[in-house]
Amino acid sequence: MEKFSTLISTAIPLNISNVDTDQIIPARFLKATDKKGFGDNLFRDWRYDKQNNLISDFALNTKKYSGSILVAGDNFGCGSSREHAAWALAGFGFKVIVSSFFADIFKGNALNNGLLPIQVTEDVLEQLFQAIAENSQAQIEINLELQTLSVLGTAIKTTFEIDPYKKTCLINGYDDIDYLLSKKDKIEAFELQKKHLL
Amino acid sequence: MKKTLFDKVWDAHVVDTIENGPQILYIDKHLIHEVTSPQAFSELENRGIPIFRPHQIVATADHNTPTQNQHLPVSDDLSRHQLEQLAKNCNKNNITLYELGHQYNGIVHVMAPELGVTQPGMTMVCGDSHTSTHGAFGAIAFGIGTSQVAQVFASQCLLLTKPKSLRVTVNGTLKKGVLPKDVILYIISKLGTNSGTGYFCEYAGDVFENMSMEGRMTVCNMSIEMGARGGMIAPDETTFEYIKGREFAPKGEDFENKVAYWKTLPTDKGAVYDKEYVFDADDIEPMITYGTNPGMGIKISENIPNSNSASDKKSLAYMNFSEGETLIGKPINYVFIGSCTNSRIEDFRVAADYIKGKQKAENVTAWLVPGSRQVEAQIIEEGLKGVFEAAGFELRQPGCSACLAMNDDKIPQGEYCVSTSNRNFEGRQGQGSRTILASPLVAAATAVEGAIIDISKQLA
Repeated sequence: MEKFSTLISTAIPLNISNVDTDQIIPARFLKATDKKGFGDNLFRDWRYDKQNNLISDFALNTKKYSGSILVAGDNFGCGSSREHAAWALAGFGFKVIVSSFFADIFKGNALNNGLLPIQVTEDVLEQLFQAIAENSQAQIEINLELQTLSVLGTAIKTTFEIDPYKKTCLINGYDDIDYLLSKKDKIEAFELQKKHLL
Repeated sequence: MKKTLFDKVWDAHVVDTIENGPQILYIDKHLIHEVTSPQAFSELENRGIPIFRPHQIVATADHNTPTQNQHLPVSDDLSRHQLEQLAKNCNKNNITLYELGHQYNGIVHVMAPELGVTQPGMTMVCGDSHTSTHGAFGAIAFGIGTSQVAQVFASQCLLLTKPKSLRVTVNGTLKKGVLPKDVILYIISKLGTNSGTGYFCEYAGDVFENMSMEGRMTVCNMSIEMGARGGMIAPDETTFEYIKGREFAPKGEDFENKVAYWKTLPTDKGAVYDKEYVFDADDIEPMITYGTNPGMGIKISENIPNSNSASDKKSLAYMNFSEGETLIGKPINYVFIGSCTNSRIEDFRVAADYIKGKQKAENVTAWLVPGSRQVEAQIIEEGLKGVFEAAGFELRQPGCSACLAMNDDKIPQGEYCVSTSNRNFEGRQGQGSRTILASPLVAAATAVEGAIIDISKQLA
C-alpha cells in the first residue's frame, strides 16, 4: 500500500448526500478481475449521458475544479460493499475524501487502499463547500501526522479523528495482512481452544 | 456483566486485542462469489501467501450469471471470464464451489442458509453487504471489502473495532397483508439510511419471534440499508427446526450439543444497548418507496412527503415524482420478484397465492427469479410454476438478476420497476431505471393491475 503523510491540493466539490457505491461505480463495470481501469468509469452515469457524451456541468467534468481531494455530501459511500468504489476513486486520482459522514464498509475499503476518508462536522463541510465555491483554486492542506485539515490563506482549520492503528498503517504503507500473518500462532492457538464451537 | 446476543458471539471470537486499536476477530465461515473475490486471490498469489483455511470457505456464482439458458456457455465475454476465474481459483485452492448449473447453486445469502452452512453463534463474512442476512440465525454476519476477503483468506481473521449495539423492538401482531419486507422498509423509513452506521442491530419483540426464518432473513438482509453492518435475531425453536437435517447442519448428538449451546446465546435480561427503538406492529402497513434510497419509504396509502433537502429533491426529479403525490394508480410496466431479500420459497408462495386465477396486466413484464436451484425445484414441486405461467409471469433461473443488473436483466431507461429487491439507487436496475421497493405481495398485485394499487384496501 502507498504511504500517506501530507498533501496540499485543490479540491473537487460534490455537494450531494447519500452518494452510494452504485453511483461511484455502477455494477455493470464490476466484471474485471483486476484492480485497474475503474477510474475511467468513476461516477459513470453522472459524468456521461447515455450516448457517452460528457455531461459538462458535472463537477468532475468542469475545467474549473481539479485536484486529488473530493469534498462530498453526508453519508458518502453507502450501499454495496464493492471495493471497486475505492479503486475507482483512487484510480481517478483522488487521495482524500472529505465528508460529514461515511458509510462503514466504504470507509474501511478506502483506508485499505491508501485513500484517506476525513470526517468533518457539518459546519466545516459547509465552510469547505463555500471556500471552494468562492475560489476553485483554494489549496487544502492535509497533515495525517497532526490529523489536521486546513484551507490555506483562510481561517478554516480543523482536526480529524482516525483509528491510531490505521494511522500507523497509512503512514508506513502497511496493510492488515502483514499484521494478521504476524499473529498466526495466536490464531492457531485460538482454533485449538475453541474447537468445540467452530 | 449482562451480555447481548451480539456481545456473546463477538466475545467468543476475539483472538487478541491491539492496545488502543482494533481486535482480531476469528471468522468461522467465509462465503465468496465471482465479483468480489478475484482481486483477493491475486493479492495472495502475488505475495506468495497460501489460503489458510480453505474448508471454511464456500463459493457460489450468483451476481454475474444469466437467468436464462444456464446450460449454455455464458455469452458475455467478461462475465464468462469472471466465472471461469472463480472456478480456477476454487479448484486451485481446494475450495468448494457450487457453480452455475450445480444443484446447490444460488444467491449466496439464499443457498448458504438452505444448506445449513449458516448456524447460530457463528461469525460469517462475504464480500457482499447483504451478508447481514445470515444474522437471522443469531450469527454475526457482515459484508466486507475485497482487501478484507484477502485478509480472511490469509488468516481466517479480520481486524475490527467492536461496533456499538442497537436494538429495534417491534411488538404486537402484524396486520393482514403486512409482510416482513414491509416491517424492515417501515423501520428504515423511520430511522433513515445512516442511523445504524457504526452499530450492529438486534431485532426483538413478538413480531420477529413469530416470524419464519425466511421472514427473519428478509429483515436482517436490509440492516445495511440503515447503515448497520449487520442485524441479528435471537435463535429459538424456529431456528433450530429450520437447521435440523440440512446438508451441512450438525447431526445426531452433535446437533443436540449445538442446540444446548445456541440456547445460551439470547441476550441476558437487563443487558444494555447503546441505542434502542421501539415500534408498534399496529402502525405498520404495506410499504413502498418513492425515492432513490431505501429510507425514502411510505405506507402505500400515504402521499410523498415534502422535504427541503436538495438531495431529496434531486431524488424526486430522478423518479419523476412530486411532493404530495400518491403512488396509487401509477402505471408500472416492470415487476421483479427476486434478490437475496425476497427470493425464498415463502416469497413465491405469497405471490402465487395472490396471482392464482388472475392474469398479469398486458403492459407488464414480470420476472420471477428464484434465489437458488433448490428454491426453483420447490416452486416446480409445489405446482407454483403452473400458477405463474398461467398468469403470464416469467419464471427464470436463479441468480441476483435485476437486483443489480450486472447481467442482461435490465430495466430500460426511464421505466419504473416495482421490485422486491433491496436498493432503489439511481440506475441500480439498469441505466436510467426507476426502482420502487415493495413486498412480494405488492409486487404481485402491481403486475396483475398494471399499476400500483392500495393492497391494504383490497385485503380488508
